[in-house]
Amino acid sequence: MTIGLGHYLTVAAVLFTMGILGIFLNRKNVIVILMCVELMLLAVNINLVAFSVFQGNVVGQVFAMLVLTVAAAEAAIGLAILVVYFRNRGTIAVEDINAMKG
Amino acid sequence: MIVGLENWALARPELFLAAATALLLIYGVVRGEIATAFVSVATAVALLVTAALLFLPYREGTAFASLFIADRLTATMKALVLVGSAVAILMSRAYFEQAKAWRFEYPLVVALATLGMMLMISANDLMALYVGLELQSLALYVIAAFQRDSVRSTEAGVKYFVLGSVASGMLLFGSSLIYGFCGGTAFVQISGALADGRSAEIGVIIGLVFVVAGLAFKVSAVPFHMWTPDVYEGAPTPVTALFAVAPKIAAMSLLVSVLMGPFKPLFAQWQQIIVVASVFSMALGAFAALRQQNIKRLMAYSSIGNVGYVLLGVASGTEKGIQAVVFYLAIYMVMTLGVFATILMMKRRNIMVEEVSDLAGLARSQPMMAFGMLIFMFSLAGIPPLAGFWGKLYIFMAAVEAKLFVPAGLGVLASVVASYYYLRIVKVMYFDEPAEAIDRPSFGVNRVVALVAAFLIAIFSLVPQPLSLIAEAAAKGLFQ
Repeated sequence: MTIGLGHYLTVAAVLFTMGILGIFLNRKNVIVILMCVELMLLAVNINLVAFSVFQGNVVGQVFAMLVLTVAAAEAAIGLAILVVYFRNRGTIAVEDINAMKG
Repeated sequence: MIVGLENWALARPELFLAAATALLLIYGVVRGEIATAFVSVATAVALLVTAALLFLPYREGTAFASLFIADRLTATMKALVLVGSAVAILMSRAYFEQAKAWRFEYPLVVALATLGMMLMISANDLMALYVGLELQSLALYVIAAFQRDSVRSTEAGVKYFVLGSVASGMLLFGSSLIYGFCGGTAFVQISGALADGRSAEIGVIIGLVFVVAGLAFKVSAVPFHMWTPDVYEGAPTPVTALFAVAPKIAAMSLLVSVLMGPFKPLFAQWQQIIVVASVFSMALGAFAALRQQNIKRLMAYSSIGNVGYVLLGVASGTEKGIQAVVFYLAIYMVMTLGVFATILMMKRRNIMVEEVSDLAGLARSQPMMAFGMLIFMFSLAGIPPLAGFWGKLYIFMAAVEAKLFVPAGLGVLASVVASYYYLRIVKVMYFDEPAEAIDRPSFGVNRVVALVAAFLIAIFSLVPQPLSLIAEAAAKGLFQ
């Protein structure tokens, strides 16, 4: 069996869905949410690189580089905000993030 | 000549803002906390100079291998965003001093967010769009959590960050599909590929839906609004004022340029999505705000409703519609800044208060402040002949001309419901038994901002034509 574009896209779609489900189903820890966000972005990278290879243009790979860079910055900022939050509340459990409701 | 650097001068305002921010950052780090007042004012001035550079001289075209576009629409939107950010920085001093968070990083992070907004507005390629959007979002996550010893502020930061990352991920997933099915990321390539009759391809439609969902989150349209009330309530008030103005305008401008540019051939498909989002935003903005007691939370629902009206203009897809969008956004900015300047003056025994009931009897204790708030509330409710009425009128006229009769009718109904909670604030101020009096506002930036905003609304109410001509010129830029 040859592995075609469709297979790559399916893997990426499955990873992306897992990332989204992980964010909305997880009730335990905000760190897991950060990991899920990372999973979503990596799924997008698989998409971009696969398209780039199958179309024979390099744009998708350049885009993937930009996504990697931004993902690193995003993780850094996310962790920084979490640290600040933890100092105030002493917990990062998802169900405890409820000072405001309406 | 290096390939791709032709026309770099089109990005002069952005380059100036980036350089000014970097220099002020060095200055702030060297001088330490005592530099805060200077850095704050200097950043606001730099933002205003950037706005002036957009028009002196005014240039248009594409640059950086057509990643970047400048025309009338982008220049007008950038000017609105820059003025909004500058005013929001100036308004923040008293609040942050009291909260012991008056640090020089705040104006600089706002300036970086504004730079990201300018890049978003000028994006002419999916990559440029993504990078600009992330520069804006990452900076905004930080300032939502800027008051770092407050549980509410940091919680707002966490919520905004998590939901914002999901939205960015969705937008990115959509971009990757569009790149794959259109063979490129440049807006011209996409619209060229779609005009070839490939428009019905399912991959492109899925990509479009993901991109619109990501952008709908950034403008906080229903069903992607859930972060707005919590973030608006939790974030420090000057930050909320910024959130309600600059990122909304930038994201709305991006939505317009994406939908009316590369996705123009798919008009029939995206129009349905935008109409649904618009109607639900208007309805939710009207009904959910009815029972809010916190005035910042109330303004969050009000902004969701206002986004609904603007989306109705986008959905009409005509030049009239885009003109109405620009006009509405300009007036929305003035009204919102005025309201937040007033909220920032609400202090009792030198402590900030933010409940609607705290305003009771304000007309007797602080008649000027109450009268300013009355103008803003009447204008937000869309009572003729105030500026907000003209904004809504243009939107509904454009929608009716585009044959969107039912959404326009629902919009009128929603604005009737919404006027209840705006008028409730007026009733509380003028007819309720006075609560303990609000402090007399000290003379300061917030008072000036509220006065200027009220004055501008009065002018727009009596002579809306100049603003409407500017909006018309901006909309023409998109349709050349």
